[in-house]
Amino acid sequence: MNAKIKKASRHTNQNEGLIFEKSSPGKRGFELPPLDVPAVDPASALGPHYRKEGIEGFPEVSEIEVLRHFTRLSTWNYAIDLGMYPLGSCTMKYNPRVNEFVARLDGIATEHPYQPPEISQGCLKIIRLLEKCLLEITGMDAITLQPAAGAQGELTGLLLIRAYLEKQGNPRKKVLIPDSAHGTNPATAVIAGYEVENIKSESHGQIDVDKLRDLVTSDVAALMITNPSTLGIFEQRMPEIAEILHAKGALLYMDGANMNALTGIARPGDLGVDVMHLNLHKTFSTPHGGGGPGAGPVAMKKILEPFRPVPILVDRGGGKFVLESVRPDSIGRVKAFNGNFGVLVRALAYILAYGPGVRQATEDAVLNANYIRKHLEDVFDLPYSLPSMHEVVFSDAIQKKNGVNTMDIAKRLIDYGFHPYTTAFPLIVPGALMIEPTESESKEECDLFIDAMKAIAEEAATKPEIVKTAPHTTRVRRLDEVTAARKPILRWKTSCSHT
Amino acid sequence: MPYPEDRRYTKEHEWIRVEGSTATIGITDYAQHELGDVVFVELPKPGSKIEAGKSFGTVESVKAVSEIYAPVSGEVIEANDELHNTPDKINSDPHGAAWLIKIRLGNPADVNSLMDGAAYDAYVTDKSKETSA
Amino acid sequence: MRYLPKSPAERQEMLAAIGIKSIDDLFSEIPEKYRLRQPLHLPGPLSEAEVIQYFKDRAAENSTGYTSFLGAGIYNHFRSVVTDAIIQRGEFLTSYTPYQAEITQGTLQAIFEFQTLMCQLTGQEVANASMYDGSTAATEAVLMAERLTGRSRVLVARTVHPEYRDVLATYAKNSGLHVEEIGYATNGTVNTKAIELALKDDVAAVVVQSPNFFGVIESLEPLAYAAHCAGALLVAVVAEGVSLGALHPPSEADIVAMEAQSFGLPPSYGGPFAGVVASREKFVRQMPGRLAGQTIDTEGRRGFVLTLATREQHIRREKATSNICTNQALCALTATVHLTLLGKEGLREMAHQNVSKAQFALAELEKIPGVRRVFDAPFFNEFAIELPRSVRMVNAELLKEKIIGPLALGTAYPDLTKRALVCVTETTPRSEIERFAAALRRTLERPL
Repeated sequence: MNAKIKKASRHTNQNEGLIFEKSSPGKRGFELPPLDVPAVDPASALGPHYRKEGIEGFPEVSEIEVLRHFTRLSTWNYAIDLGMYPLGSCTMKYNPRVNEFVARLDGIATEHPYQPPEISQGCLKIIRLLEKCLLEITGMDAITLQPAAGAQGELTGLLLIRAYLEKQGNPRKKVLIPDSAHGTNPATAVIAGYEVENIKSESHGQIDVDKLRDLVTSDVAALMITNPSTLGIFEQRMPEIAEILHAKGALLYMDGANMNALTGIARPGDLGVDVMHLNLHKTFSTPHGGGGPGAGPVAMKKILEPFRPVPILVDRGGGKFVLESVRPDSIGRVKAFNGNFGVLVRALAYILAYGPGVRQATEDAVLNANYIRKHLEDVFDLPYSLPSMHEVVFSDAIQKKNGVNTMDIAKRLIDYGFHPYTTAFPLIVPGALMIEPTESESKEECDLFIDAMKAIAEEAATKPEIVKTAPHTTRVRRLDEVTAARKPILRWKTSCSHT
Repeated sequence: MPYPEDRRYTKEHEWIRVEGSTATIGITDYAQHELGDVVFVELPKPGSKIEAGKSFGTVESVKAVSEIYAPVSGEVIEANDELHNTPDKINSDPHGAAWLIKIRLGNPADVNSLMDGAAYDAYVTDKSKETSA
Repeated sequence: MRYLPKSPAERQEMLAAIGIKSIDDLFSEIPEKYRLRQPLHLPGPLSEAEVIQYFKDRAAENSTGYTSFLGAGIYNHFRSVVTDAIIQRGEFLTSYTPYQAEITQGTLQAIFEFQTLMCQLTGQEVANASMYDGSTAATEAVLMAERLTGRSRVLVARTVHPEYRDVLATYAKNSGLHVEEIGYATNGTVNTKAIELALKDDVAAVVVQSPNFFGVIESLEPLAYAAHCAGALLVAVVAEGVSLGALHPPSEADIVAMEAQSFGLPPSYGGPFAGVVASREKFVRQMPGRLAGQTIDTEGRRGFVLTLATREQHIRREKATSNICTNQALCALTATVHLTLLGKEGLREMAHQNVSKAQFALAELEKIPGVRRVFDAPFFNEFAIELPRSVRMVNAELLKEKIIGPLALGTAYPDLTKRALVCVTETTPRSEIERFAAALRRTLERPL
């Protein structure tokens, strides 16, 4: 493979190799202040554990080379700062820079979770205020900010349900999950020790409530619902669904990934939800960073409060907060230390900036999605016609006739300057195009996106080849994922050399 | 592609060729075509039992995983470990070199209820019509 | 509102285009009785300056101006400002998970470099792109061992971080795993004899940490040997990654779970950090988390893609190796940048400085009557000391002098009351170590 690899182009920014390939003995990027204590011979202190040589193959480069390397790499990325990500259920909204600033403050970034509460009241007050804000937004009674991401929030939620049912005498066996659900839902249910039973959606893409009645037996612990659904459509019968479950002693879990359609408009707690998670890296603007960190707080009704994971924030009176780790009924710890505190800070900064006006963000998000839907309805197949909230799902049925599928359209969208929408999900829509603009897109951006999509539909009809072989303008063309999976190369090795 | 008559086929697109009290099992050309480029195959170890209708392994493409279902019950005598190095054979030669396992048949008569070449051919032709409708 | 790029006129235009009268109509699917007709009770709205002031006020109520001797899984190390200059770039900060490889080659190549660095550090063949943190990485490593061996008993050293063990217990409850704790020997290492006695052919994994929670360095070879004889796997946990700049890597282990916080991630009151699972190539299909792989494009040029995705939840759903989706990518990038800046020599030097500082601190503290080290096995930058008085009371006095004293071990280890865990890194000035020793001496001299 080495001999056949060609350089991407002559342009230096486009051609950057691996940092290990720029390495040369004796170069350093960071110097330490000199030791102010006597130097100890590490061999005598560490005994047989001591490794004298440095790590083989570890990079040796200068500061400027590191800076240039990663700066060049960064220019190969698309980002929210550049333009829209119409990715469904990802809520790729603006990541406010003040959030980054406050998270880095001395006294915020520097705190150790084991330091005494007397000198941590600032951190603890931040946690308390965020808890209160998220409870207000969700209409729930209690909350934990421990889970590190949505998937972990889902696990925490299911473990809470299990603990509650176990206390009543029977944890039960099954969790019902709609076939339109995000993959983390069934994966999580299994980890929580439950069997998954899929419910098919009815003709409008909603949960089939009549079928549900038959499926909810005393073996069912919970139903995991997403509202609005992954089709962007509001599950109107959610309160009824809650009643059906409650009548049989089961609970309703809500995947809160789509809260960007509900914040300030309606509260899941009012709609019958017993427990739900939030994605702070979606609805609450904390940055995606290429795949995290996020945070997945879990809000719940009173009945689940005793089972919350530790540590738990307690107000000892007189505004003195402490974190308590001893709780007999708690499901235990889901993560060491304290949740992703730095992410919590960013989410609180976002909420403080908006205040009660956060409703307007929701309104603009739904407005944008419907505006886009209106303009593309005649151009792309719309499999479900119920009103859309913050996202809309089309299918590639029309373009498929010319052999152009959703993946092709998505790749061609890149040539127009956008990141693709979500392809091939939810699974109940074959050839899905899932589009969520968020409130961060101006009318101008929405119009640009609409124009691009219309142009691609036109191309699909008249010159499909250009769509099927897209993208044409990127630094690299379509990558060979088959060889990458058959013969995985997952690291650089010292014996490799690429020209 | 005409499906060979020396074997039987299942609705889940496995084929089985009986040789006395043993049999060879693989997946069909239709299956490999639906899957796309195969990147990995997971097969049971010799000595393990397979049960009719239950999954005994998986075939993976880049974006999907498919279960392989046992056409009949039996005990695994040999698995085609070669496929770990050359999973692409499943795409290029699904009926020949890319056999998956050889088994000792629990009950040779079980095979008789499965489709023959012509029936399977008709079955997948119908299926193709469905998906492109 | 400054985050919303629409004028009132534009909203009207868009409503007209959709053919509805007001934004309210967009929510008509929600039954009226559930519609909020009052604004939420939330603090704000705050201008940018007010947001900053709120957090500055909170920061002032924390520990600025104090010197800390805490470690216990979170370590203060120097980090270059260059790291922030890079990770604050919008192209990294505000980019999405790299599913669309052609327009996220920056993130993907950086992940590939991270995976390489983690392999080099741990002496393993493959490493993933990050887990939430060390505690969940350790848990995932155990679950991986369970899948690989088909067994369900796990032996965990008590010298593994108490909170890591707590997290494992939470996950184990529902996965049919039976976790047993193994005690420690008088020198502070795990009781190898006890492990050997407990190893039967139903054990999936033996889990140890090195340096362990007491700061003591464990010998992995005999543990690996014993585990393998019983058909079990050795899982090595690393909570202080800088130690790998001076110690042999845990290459005898079958799976390594590491916390990358020491590589340029600020303590941030507990997170976000980055966990890593590293292992042998032959186990890769059972590894959790994302993997970036090298490949070529249609024109033969090198590129990177997420690969082996069939392990993950979005494809495998119920049968996934983990439910993890969003991980800690930006934190992994931070570690990558930090480590490339430090480089081979920098990491070695940083590790050596830690050893020298910790040895100096121990010597200073042992000059104080009544203070002595508890365990005598080699340590890296943390060690346990015995005090003649309650650690809590001593720390309360030290706090008055703006010193955050060592962690009391008695809560997690009831057999270790009056013992405390001291951590000293290259960032602790000599003058502060001396001030700490002097303050401790004075405190112990005061009548009770």
